[in-house]
Amino acid sequence: MNGPRRFPEAAREALGDSQLRANLRRATHTIRDRRAAVVAEIGEWEALREAGRAIKEATMRHLDVHLEALERSVTDRGGVVHWARDAAEANATVARLVHEAGAREVVKVKSLATDEIGLNDALAAEGITAHETDLAELIVQLAHDTPSHILVPAIHRNRAEIAALFRRTLPGAQGVSDEPAALAEAARRFLRERFLGARVGVSGANFAVAQTGTVCVVESEGNGRMCTTLPEVLITVMGIEKVIPSLADLGVMLQLLPRSSTGERMNPYTSLWTGVAPDDGPQAFHLVLLDNGRTDVLADATGRQALHCIRCSACLNVCPVYERTGGHAYGDTYPGPIGAILAPQLHGMRGPTTSLPWASTLCGACADVCPVGIDIPGVLIHLRGRVVAQAARGDVPAGERLGMEAMARVFSSRRRYEAAQRLARAGARPLARGGRIEHRLPGPLAGWTMSRDLPAPPAQTFREWWRAR
Amino acid sequence: MSGGAARAAVLARVRSALADVPAGEPGAAVPAVPAAAAPDDLAGLFADRVADYRATVTRCAADDAAIAAAIGEAFARHGAGSSVVAPGVPEAWRAAAPGPEVDEPALALERLDAVDGVLSGCALGIAETGTIILDGARRSGRRAITLVPDLHVCVVLAADVVAGVAEATARLGAAIVAGRPVTLVSGPSATSDIELDRVEGVHGPRRLEVVLAG
Repeated sequence: MNGPRRFPEAAREALGDSQLRANLRRATHTIRDRRAAVVAEIGEWEALREAGRAIKEATMRHLDVHLEALERSVTDRGGVVHWARDAAEANATVARLVHEAGAREVVKVKSLATDEIGLNDALAAEGITAHETDLAELIVQLAHDTPSHILVPAIHRNRAEIAALFRRTLPGAQGVSDEPAALAEAARRFLRERFLGARVGVSGANFAVAQTGTVCVVESEGNGRMCTTLPEVLITVMGIEKVIPSLADLGVMLQLLPRSSTGERMNPYTSLWTGVAPDDGPQAFHLVLLDNGRTDVLADATGRQALHCIRCSACLNVCPVYERTGGHAYGDTYPGPIGAILAPQLHGMRGPTTSLPWASTLCGACADVCPVGIDIPGVLIHLRGRVVAQAARGDVPAGERLGMEAMARVFSSRRRYEAAQRLARAGARPLARGGRIEHRLPGPLAGWTMSRDLPAPPAQTFREWWRAR
Repeated sequence: MSGGAARAAVLARVRSALADVPAGEPGAAVPAVPAAAAPDDLAGLFADRVADYRATVTRCAADDAAIAAAIGEAFARHGAGSSVVAPGVPEAWRAAAPGPEVDEPALALERLDAVDGVLSGCALGIAETGTIILDGARRSGRRAITLVPDLHVCVVLAADVVAGVAEATARLGAAIVAGRPVTLVSGPSATSDIELDRVEGVHGPRRLEVVLAG
């Protein structure tokens, strides 16, 4: 779905797009201020966060028990549970269920899990059209684009760009103005026919309660209610980490999520359904439980907290790196700080996303806002260690390992350290301009100055000054 | 069947990934969150918070005549000439809705799309967040009737307003165990997808009128 580039190359290109940076800056600052205001209303916020963290940690440590309980509860209520080891298995299951329902179209609620597995393309290959119904997902779909934010997938586009897109591609929207209200109205008119005629709805899940078999979708526009209420058949694709044990746990999560994500006291609509309700909504319900790398994440006792994420996106909105590069540079469904710890683990610590643990200044803002207390900087450092250790085993180029080993030799001897300082001063002289070294270090050291300036070594070191004092 | 193989494989992977968790470790008790001090005036806070979402709130006495009058005014404000009514709504309230059609037997989807508005009650209100909870029982009605029409007039009894989210989810246990769908509604449908500007009204009811009785 996304290009195979590593973060540094993708980020360099994004940084050259001043329109993108203006859009992102405006949007992320708006939402982070709104979040801060509603979080400040809750006196017991820190206790809530700790409860959220503890619920997720305890659930992960007994994930097999909770998944089996969820399966039992959903089945008892007339639902059908399917398991999928990977994306291909999940996609094939959904396609088969759509065919069995005799449908050629589905209406979809915004869902990261289905983005992750590339469900829309897989359905298209089976002759099934998937209509995204969330406004931002519709924008992304019409533009043949990919989402760049967990919560606001079209955050990289401003109203003028969206209006131009709608005039060009949305039936009946040729003359639409660039007022957000007019754009929303155009989407409403286009999608209403799809909702009223849909036989199959596809959703993700924000939470699923093991004890009762209740699935929860949190949304704003009402498209989620439409997709989960009006079709005859409902198919929910959910990552196995979304299970929570009880309704009391849901009560905690529903306090943490809306304030952290959209900065509202509560999102407009939260839908909870439990299997099939006679005479109310879909009369067939399928729940697809998706692994697709999650058990690899679970196997790392430090990294597994990435699975605690409730997809609020607060960490994206406060991240200085995300604010400047946008989500596409991360090259994955999960961008931003949480993506930097989740994506490489989901991909088995292989491929371009192994560059993401370095896509951070380690400033810690992400950990401060995380509603379930994920130690994102701690996991970033842990994953950097895993990447370097893999390099030591020859899995990836070994430049950093050799550099670190050389540093260790230098730092362990006073003689070698002082010699290195003299050498650095001599070597840096032709590279420095005005006390800085910019984009100039040679050979394997170029990576260091590619994205930051280096101060030139001073004319006199502290040790030299101390002796001469 | 491949489903069985996938189930066994995923569960085996989960168990192997959790090799560091001691066998027989009890599920940790989740730390209790101290409840915030309940405000003195739950109904007042609820009304303020609902209005914050740009819904319209009308307060009235908790008697049928006052409620009926407020319902009539709410529909009239939007020029509504037809309505669908949840089957459990008391007859005294129903008469105040314009051209009321009771959703029993269930009305066709096309009819729901054609009427101007819907009248329902609800199970609970949450003061702290200004949330209305529809629980699929007869007073709330089935989900489609409060979703498809463009105007939702909802009667909330002040006695049904609880302080916070945790109290509400605890009270919902009975409806959920009975298998009924539950919908939490906080203001009219909205989107913030374009430059994070909040726009009221996309797919759900674009106008929400809350009659708070008592």
